[in-house]
Amino acid sequence: MAHPAMMHPPARREIGADVYNEKLGIWIFLGSEVMFFTALIGAYIIVRFGSPEFWALPNQILNVPVTAINTFLLICSSVTMVKAFASIQDGDQKKLQLYMVATVIIGAAFVGVQAYEYTTLVHEGFLPSGYAAGSHLAELAARGELPASVSVYGSSFYTMTGFHGFHVSMGVVCMVFVTWKAFKGKYTKEDHRGVEVIGLYWHFVDLVWIILFTIVYLV
Amino acid sequence: MATTALPLEKTTHATHEMSFVRKYIFSTDHKIIGIQFLLMSFVFLLFGGLMAMMMRWQLGFPDQPLPAGQLLPETMAPGGFLLPEFYNSLVTMHGTIMVFFAIMPLLVGVFGNFLIPLKIGAPDMAFPRLNMASFWIALTAGILIMAGFFVEGGAAGAGWTSYAPLSASPEWTGVVGGQQLWLVSLAVVGLASILGATNYITTVVNLRAPGMTWFRLPLSIWALFVTAILVLLAIPILSGAAIMLFFDQTIGTHFFDPTDGGQPLMWQHLFWYFGHPEVYILILPAMGFVSDIIANASRKPVFGYHSMVYALISIAFLGWIVWGHHMFMSGMNPTLGMAFMMSTMIIAVPSAIKVFNWMGTMWRGNIMFHVPMLHSVAFVSMFVIGGLSGVFMASPPVDIYFHDTYFIVAHLHYVLFGGSLFAIFGAVTFWYPKMFGKLMNPLLGKIHFWLTFVFYNLTFFPMHNLGVGGHMRRIYDPSQYEFLQPLAPLNTFITVSALLLFAAQIPFAVNFIMSWFNGEEAGENPWNDNGLEWIVPSPAPHGNFAEVPIVYRGPYEFSSPLVEEDFLPQTRKLDSDTEPAAASAAE
Repeated sequence: MAHPAMMHPPARREIGADVYNEKLGIWIFLGSEVMFFTALIGAYIIVRFGSPEFWALPNQILNVPVTAINTFLLICSSVTMVKAFASIQDGDQKKLQLYMVATVIIGAAFVGVQAYEYTTLVHEGFLPSGYAAGSHLAELAARGELPASVSVYGSSFYTMTGFHGFHVSMGVVCMVFVTWKAFKGKYTKEDHRGVEVIGLYWHFVDLVWIILFTIVYLV
Repeated sequence: MATTALPLEKTTHATHEMSFVRKYIFSTDHKIIGIQFLLMSFVFLLFGGLMAMMMRWQLGFPDQPLPAGQLLPETMAPGGFLLPEFYNSLVTMHGTIMVFFAIMPLLVGVFGNFLIPLKIGAPDMAFPRLNMASFWIALTAGILIMAGFFVEGGAAGAGWTSYAPLSASPEWTGVVGGQQLWLVSLAVVGLASILGATNYITTVVNLRAPGMTWFRLPLSIWALFVTAILVLLAIPILSGAAIMLFFDQTIGTHFFDPTDGGQPLMWQHLFWYFGHPEVYILILPAMGFVSDIIANASRKPVFGYHSMVYALISIAFLGWIVWGHHMFMSGMNPTLGMAFMMSTMIIAVPSAIKVFNWMGTMWRGNIMFHVPMLHSVAFVSMFVIGGLSGVFMASPPVDIYFHDTYFIVAHLHYVLFGGSLFAIFGAVTFWYPKMFGKLMNPLLGKIHFWLTFVFYNLTFFPMHNLGVGGHMRRIYDPSQYEFLQPLAPLNTFITVSALLLFAAQIPFAVNFIMSWFNGEEAGENPWNDNGLEWIVPSPAPHGNFAEVPIVYRGPYEFSSPLVEEDFLPQTRKLDSDTEPAAASAAE
């Protein structure tokens, strides 16, 4: 079924951005998201340069290999998202459904791995406030094998990755809605705005993760 | 071909009957949402004003109980005397409520919603449902912040700037739940603002009627558009900062806690990096409305339309690189202070361009002093006073002396009340006919204007003197310092003026409500204005325009020699006009 708007001729307008409203709107909204993550990343840069002794080396506390695999998963989900969009551009409903389901599953898997990572870290004694008293990590710190305090390290780690995880989760929720609409055949070769808009958001979230993975886990 | 990529008109404006709830409560009509914002902001303006009255009473008459103060609970004012903790909450909440829930929604929420589609010739916003969501999210945030008064420990008390580390731990402010509600509320209202800004920008870019080119947009729309960009980019910084501070208070992070690796100064940087663009969010729309009203009342085109637009854009840009002037006293490298001083003072240039252009517009005009014009002229003159003291304080040696005194309070109120609020009164009176179909009573309007203008100046001008005398900004009881005792009579004078200023708003409230019911019928175009909103019936109908309007000229063609009347609507086709390309393309 075509979008109801398709049945009417386009309104006469002064030429604006030459893209449809939803696409322009999501680009504008993503501009705002850039500033939001800038605030968090900027705060991370300031506390890290101000208190470098609070940071452990990569791999000492965080499990870089697991997160690297997770990063690979998220990049894969961007690929399936692109494939979903390309499919509906060709008018292929079946492939759209297939790739949307794949994107939802991989996106949810990313959140799942992150939840596993958080649970493990909290269990070992790495909290947003620093070491948990009496934990395994606190003992290592007492023996001088880890920094004496990792309070601001924990603060910025959980805040930045947590808000990214929140964005991924919101994206998955929206993609479930888009997938449901895809199964009902609401997207056509001519009008598939929802797929493109969620795709732009998803690529943004992916890009933010590549930056966060680099600055939080690797350096 | 451009038109095929363009959207795809929604068919939400079918003429079916809607239920009362869909039409007036959960409405997606931009005009209803604008009026909802108007009513909400007036309620918060009243709350903020009452808080100011309580503070003024404490400063003017510290040894007498607050009239009707016995109605307040023991935890706020035992025996009618305000507690210091409650005074702190009042200082904080007055500032926050006025900035985020009165002035900002009045300027951006009300007029952004009401004016943008009408003035650019669109049937509604680009995203009507998102628009509805942003109103209800903003209202939720308002309820959350007011809830602070009803939780244990009282409402937030660390100032509207909420500087860390004071605000970072309940041990230091003595406020627990209130401070957290304050932060959550700001993050929530921020979301509403961001959704609104996304909507405004998309609408202005994509939904202009054929012929409504960028340089035919009214200055009010230019101002709202530039403001929306500032909102979009500044508010998320505040959201991020508020979330970090919230985590510091709740889950034990240490972003702003210097005892464990955090950086308290970082809060000030984040807050003012948002806060200074916010200053322009609170004044640019006012400048836009005033430009429209002054041209209308002077029956002349706006002097220097293009320079007005470029001045708006340069003020908005410069607003991003001046935030350090709020922090001269926080410990700053003098070279950096110098840079912030220079960038701040440069803002005076585009501001002066605007002021001179307003005067150039009025110059030798056939001026009609209707009520919106009175408020607009007051805006220009008060903005000059507030702007000049701003240039003055931008210099670090001066600011080191005036920092955190009543001089700052005076400056702030000259731009926020003398500037923004006068422009809001003007704009409400000017567009009231299009909102409700009735004219406001001009006599009551003039009484309100003159009383407000006089008592406003009697209230805020002497605050400059208090500040020069060293009177601290947020002090609870000035009588405890010997050097402030000679200023006590001045404080009493200000309090009496402030109470009269508050009372002077009664004629406005009466006028607003009475005119709604028995005002004079306005007709389509009561001010003989050129804008697109004046070619539709008053109040503007659902869907705005019966057919897509076609625009032939800019909005300020007053006293044109081409026509008999002294105004020339944007949609009126003269023999010399050609059809705009966009209008013929789709035929």
